[in-house]
Amino acid sequence: MTGPQHPGDASEHYVDPAPFNPHVTRELTAEQERYFQASQWQIMWWKFRRHRVAVWSAVVLILFYLCVPFAEVIAPYEANTRDSKFLFAPPQGVHLFHEGSLRTPFVYPMKAKIDMNTLQWTYQQDRSKPMPLRFFCSGDKYEFWGLFKADFHLVCPPKGGSFYLLGTDRLGRDQFSGLIYGARLSLTVGLVGVAISILLGLFFGGIAGYFGGIVDSLIQRLIEIMRSLPELPLWMALSAALPVTWNPVWIYFGITVILGLLDWPGLARAVRSKLLSLREEEYAQAAMLMGAKPSRVISKHLLPGFTSHIIASATLSIPGMILGETALSFLNLGLRRPSVSWGVMLNEAQNISVVTIYPWLMAPVIPIIIVVLAFNFLGDGLRDAADPYK
Amino acid sequence: MLIYILRRILTMIPTLLVISFLIFFIIELPTGDYISNQIAVLRSTGEASSIAKLEFLRAEFALDRPFFERFLIWIGLWPGPHGFDGLIQGNWGWSFEFDKPVQAVVGPTLPLTIVLNAATILFVYIVSFPIGIYSATRQYSWGDYGFTFLGYIGLATPNFLLGLILLYFFNKWFGLSVGGLMAPQYIDQPWSFDKAMSVLAHLIVPTIVIGTSGTAAMIRRLRANLLDELHKQYVTTARAKGLSEGRLLMKYPLRMALNPFISDIGNLIPSMVSGSVIVSVVLNLPTVGPVLLNALQAQDQFLAGFILMFVAVLTLVGMLISDILLAILDPRIRLGGRAAT
Repeated sequence: MTGPQHPGDASEHYVDPAPFNPHVTRELTAEQERYFQASQWQIMWWKFRRHRVAVWSAVVLILFYLCVPFAEVIAPYEANTRDSKFLFAPPQGVHLFHEGSLRTPFVYPMKAKIDMNTLQWTYQQDRSKPMPLRFFCSGDKYEFWGLFKADFHLVCPPKGGSFYLLGTDRLGRDQFSGLIYGARLSLTVGLVGVAISILLGLFFGGIAGYFGGIVDSLIQRLIEIMRSLPELPLWMALSAALPVTWNPVWIYFGITVILGLLDWPGLARAVRSKLLSLREEEYAQAAMLMGAKPSRVISKHLLPGFTSHIIASATLSIPGMILGETALSFLNLGLRRPSVSWGVMLNEAQNISVVTIYPWLMAPVIPIIIVVLAFNFLGDGLRDAADPYK
Repeated sequence: MLIYILRRILTMIPTLLVISFLIFFIIELPTGDYISNQIAVLRSTGEASSIAKLEFLRAEFALDRPFFERFLIWIGLWPGPHGFDGLIQGNWGWSFEFDKPVQAVVGPTLPLTIVLNAATILFVYIVSFPIGIYSATRQYSWGDYGFTFLGYIGLATPNFLLGLILLYFFNKWFGLSVGGLMAPQYIDQPWSFDKAMSVLAHLIVPTIVIGTSGTAAMIRRLRANLLDELHKQYVTTARAKGLSEGRLLMKYPLRMALNPFISDIGNLIPSMVSGSVIVSVVLNLPTVGPVLLNALQAQDQFLAGFILMFVAVLTLVGMLISDILLAILDPRIRLGGRAAT
């Protein structure tokens, strides 16, 4: 710093004597750091968690799906056990207070009487003798998953009494147990059907998006045509074509295949458009320029980009399938006894004059509505979370 | 405009061909046909005398030809036993179950099917339009929440269950039978004003039942579209200029939001037609629904095939109308481009 300073000279070069911290300009908060280091799935989970209704729907669905493996244990009766003493029995309420005193949960016994004029069953409650319910008890025998015999139940009817929480149907079959067993088929039909439709959708959407050109436009046309067809009449026609001689397991798989067969166009379209747009993304281009093989580009770079979308749209198409199975079984074109699903149970409610007298036959309506609503909310939440970087 | 409509109708022809092939394939899926099953039954009971007659009938209906030939005969592109005589020529086939031409079996049910579906679409438009606008302009108000909630319930309740529930409550509260097409006392009576009113009253419930889920979907759609538009700059500009709220809404955002509103109905029509089939079974309405169910159970193939074809055509015509409406509304489509939706 020698020599005189003249006006017009370049100003002196200033150097800050303090040590320089290179991070000072973009110091990340702990929160931001966590966000930037998190994987895509982790961010999706955070975003999904903020969607309260979707989280609750997921909880409700998990509870419902617990009935699938443990139906035998939860249900007090077998789904097809007939009780000729209690035909069209009304729901038996669970009580806690008998003559003002608190007791373990109990039911009042019922006596059946038939009205000879109208041929209706009427039931009289005997309010004098409470019969306590048994918990963690042995009741009806069953074969757990067809593997070993057991008779353990969460709740059993009182000794010598009955416990029909939601009443019984025409043949004295317990409605509540029917709902629990029915969940097994009604809830899995959607999952298997969606699996089939995902496979078909990935296949057709994949080849349309990959090959492009004539194949693409042909598949596009096919998708358009399939989407313009009313689904239910075709489902009806297809399931009417299932041979009557098939056993229940085959019929079940037949129905799921039918449900999946008409549902793939929506998924295929989503896969195709996602593939087309992701292919143009910079990271995919970069991978290609670096000489990655197509298989690597697809599996490492493209697939992770749209799995979340596939999961979300699959979730949204499950309720349609559950409703489809219900409608088919309701119309006698789907599953039949001894298989029990919610639609099979609703079959009993086909006759309006019967329903008017015995309204509890409509009980399966409630779980159906809850499950369908829950899947819709869950799907909405997943769809919002599927694009976490937006 | 005329050219657009013509082009649109011409593209329907290959679609119809593919659909008719799919439908024919589906109705031919069950093993055997109605007559050969009857022959099998007769053989097993040992009655050989009428077999010859049935064999003759099989040839008469071309059931002994190979699959592809049968298909072409059915739609009328190939000479059958009586020359060109298929769907195109106006011969809808023969119903084995009723032993009558298909035309005589389903003929009376067709007008009602069309009326019911048209009424449902009108219902969806009329109800969802004001509610959608209300929900969008008063976002997060109690009314908006209420309609959103109702909409979710409407989307989640399968229409045939809704029909069942409504039947039950109408029966319980008002002692009304909402099933059937008219009150029992008018059946087989000549047409009168009262009878017409009874038919109208009986159409209300099915229309609501079929239309609910569609209405819910349309409300959500219109609300979302309108909200997108309402947050744009030009709306703020118009408001700053002092345009009244009503005029402002009508002038631009609503017209923009209307396009997807019209085109979406095309996507909804298939599910509504589906709904009308099963709701008719539940509510015991004389549309093609119950006839289709019977035909499928009895493997009455030509009857089932014709009804499936009719239902598909109904859907396509509905979509055609919605496309034409859209073209009238939006010059970009009319002039060959594509609407930015």
